[in-house]
Amino acid sequence: MEKILFIEDEAAMQKAVSEFLGAKGYHVVSALDGELGVNMAKNSSPDLILLDIILPKKNGFDVLRDLKSDEKTKSIPVIVLTNLSQMDDVSQMMDMGVTTYLVKNDQSLQDILRVIDQTLGVSHDEAAG
Amino acid sequence: MKQTLKKFFEQLNVAAQCRKYNLPLRQCPQFLFLAMGSINIAAMIAAYAIGIRYGDLEMVSLVALALSAILLIISFVITRSFEQLAEANRLKTEFVNIVSHQIRSPLTNLKWIVEILTSGVLGRPESKQTEYFKILKENLERMQKLVNELLTVSRIESAKIALKKENFSLENVARDLIKEFEPISKSSNVIIETEFSPGTPPVNGDPFQISQALENLIYNAIRYIGFAGEEIARGKNPGRVAVKIYGKGGFVFCEVSDNGIGIPKEDQKYIFQKFFRAGNVRRYQTGGTGLGLYIAKNIIDSSGGKIGFTSRQGQGTTFWFKLPAANNRKNSKLKK
Repeated sequence: MEKILFIEDEAAMQKAVSEFLGAKGYHVVSALDGELGVNMAKNSSPDLILLDIILPKKNGFDVLRDLKSDEKTKSIPVIVLTNLSQMDDVSQMMDMGVTTYLVKNDQSLQDILRVIDQTLGVSHDEAAG
Repeated sequence: MKQTLKKFFEQLNVAAQCRKYNLPLRQCPQFLFLAMGSINIAAMIAAYAIGIRYGDLEMVSLVALALSAILLIISFVITRSFEQLAEANRLKTEFVNIVSHQIRSPLTNLKWIVEILTSGVLGRPESKQTEYFKILKENLERMQKLVNELLTVSRIESAKIALKKENFSLENVARDLIKEFEPISKSSNVIIETEFSPGTPPVNGDPFQISQALENLIYNAIRYIGFAGEEIARGKNPGRVAVKIYGKGGFVFCEVSDNGIGIPKEDQKYIFQKFFRAGNVRRYQTGGTGLGLYIAKNIIDSSGGKIGFTSRQGQGTTFWFKLPAANNRKNSKLKK
């Protein structure tokens, strides 16, 4: 079972995403702030990281910088999941090596699942839900 | 001519204009400019009269000096009042930006939770529940659209929309949009037809922004067709939206026509204004934000293009815009 680390400070969002991805066969672990997120990425070696940008203690940019500078974590794919949609944020994050940049507001959980599946090379039978 | 004169006299009524903007006279640019002009003329006449009557150059110089001092003070006050107006506008834009961002998160939470409830992950909901979840979802989407549009407007007004310049095919953008609109057009009983001239050059502009402008035009065409008549509403006679793209004289033209209700003549001059919604549309439904065309116009204008429309009430509307083609020399010069 692939492990996904979700770094997000909003509990409701954590719950919704974990519930949905959990039902689709992923094991989701949560970090409610950036600092904890970096530590968990180093210690629990997830297969993929979902990262918000506005986070307490360490923002998404700093988290990504830490992840990309550590041998242990630099090759883990990172999908940014945020509500910041300014072009400068998107291009800065893409330059820093994120796999995909998703604006939460524009995505359904099904869309997010599809991107995760693609990134990890997993296939989900949509008809089976 | 009569209209122009009327407008001119309206402009002269500075007190009414200052009241409209809720500004005291001493801070109202219109009044201050008028005062400056009047003092200037009066002082010139006084200087001329003194010069003729007494031939006193010293006196004339003094009047000119006093005049300069007064004008300097008034200019300072005008600058200050413009600064205050600009600051008020900046704060308003910032406010909209912050509020919209803050609203986005709880809206996303709600949207995702409704998706979980309807996806069957927690068990299939009953049909009555599904019906209410559907209403909830539609209303959430409406709110999301409004928040997104408010954010775009606040970015347009604070000039924070970064317009990329690249060459891309407008036909491809239109094709993708039409595909996205398929579920809505089907459920609204609207057929979308395309007419893309072969050999149309690529467009030079920001594909994301221009796609948003075109999306607003197609979205309006589909939505407002629904009110065109009983036949369409009852599904007997489908509504038609036509998207036409062709190149001409260094520009790429795009037309979006519908056979909808049309825009009433008296509303046509306001159609690109922010929050404006035509009277016949307001009567039918309350879902629109009145921001779509304002956004479209701003995007097309700042991309070096032009937007316009022709409409006849009861017969339909054609919105068109033109954008510089990739090989438009004038455009490449402008860029430099």
